[in-house]
Amino acid sequence: MVGLVLVSHSAGLAAEAAALVRGIAGAGAPVAAAGGTEDGGLGTSSDLIEAAVRSVDQGDGVVLIPDLGSSVLTARLLEEEGRVVIADVPFVEGAISAAVAAGAGMPLSDVLAAAEEARTFRKL
Amino acid sequence: MDTALCLAWFEEAARLVHRDRDRLTALDAAIGDGDHGANLDRGLTEVGKALAESPPGSPAETLLTVGTTLIRRVGGASGPLYGSLFRQMGRTLGSPATLAAFASAFDEGVVAVERLGKAALGDKTMIDALVPASRALSLAVRDGVGVLQAVEQAARAAQEGAEATIPMQARKGRASYLGERSIGHMDPGASSSALFMEALAAVVRRAGAGAA
Repeated sequence: MVGLVLVSHSAGLAAEAAALVRGIAGAGAPVAAAGGTEDGGLGTSSDLIEAAVRSVDQGDGVVLIPDLGSSVLTARLLEEEGRVVIADVPFVEGAISAAVAAGAGMPLSDVLAAAEEARTFRKL
Repeated sequence: MDTALCLAWFEEAARLVHRDRDRLTALDAAIGDGDHGANLDRGLTEVGKALAESPPGSPAETLLTVGTTLIRRVGGASGPLYGSLFRQMGRTLGSPATLAAFASAFDEGVVAVERLGKAALGDKTMIDALVPASRALSLAVRDGVGVLQAVEQAARAAQEGAEATIPMQARKGRASYLGERSIGHMDPGASSSALFMEALAAVVRRAGAGAA
């Protein structure tokens, strides 16, 4: 199953977003949070992201969902073609779409496409 | 450039960034999230520790350690950006590290930063200091000037590039959300890039002409 890593500047935001995704999308897909710096501040830690990737990697690929700024730049340095890929999507909506698709056992490319569809979701 | 000079470059860069930490943070507080000075200061302190723990055997190894440490330890956008600059330089720089080889590696490093940040000249980013510095190095190589003159020209070009960001409107990062209100402030990343080049010129000057 494809794994998901939510990368945010804030540890709290990443952890709560991951909890929300598990709650809405179901416990099927492995979802990990990588938020903040290692000392608990706001920012991005490549070590935390790498550890999160390892924790959800079941061999079918991992989707990184960053919030903005250094989260995106750091995630880009950790991309591995066909194995660890970034979804350029709204943080919450994209993560839920990706988790539903991953939980349904879809392959990496389909999970990525499902996440990217979230960009077109209208709320009104 | 030999290993000792390369190590001295990053010691001096750490000293200058530490000295200017509050100024960089104030620049960043004006248009960014106000952590650039503190982040880079911490990152370069970690670089010093990493280089002391496993002393590199070449300028290329030094640059790889610097780049990897900045990516892992800075926490802000400058970490992956400077990390890519120095890591790419480390991957490119062969031996012997002549001025021409250094200029070429620096150019490759700047291209890596452009590719990662998707920023171009005029976006009010570190690119506005790094590209002029890279051009100055390349011109110096073409004209066959000495090493000290080359790095001094690069440092001057970077500083002028940083100052040129003041009237620009930001098109990247948090500052871009400010639109026209980003005008009138120097970009903190361009300013710290100028410090890296100033540090290089200072250590070459100290080592004496021809030592690099």
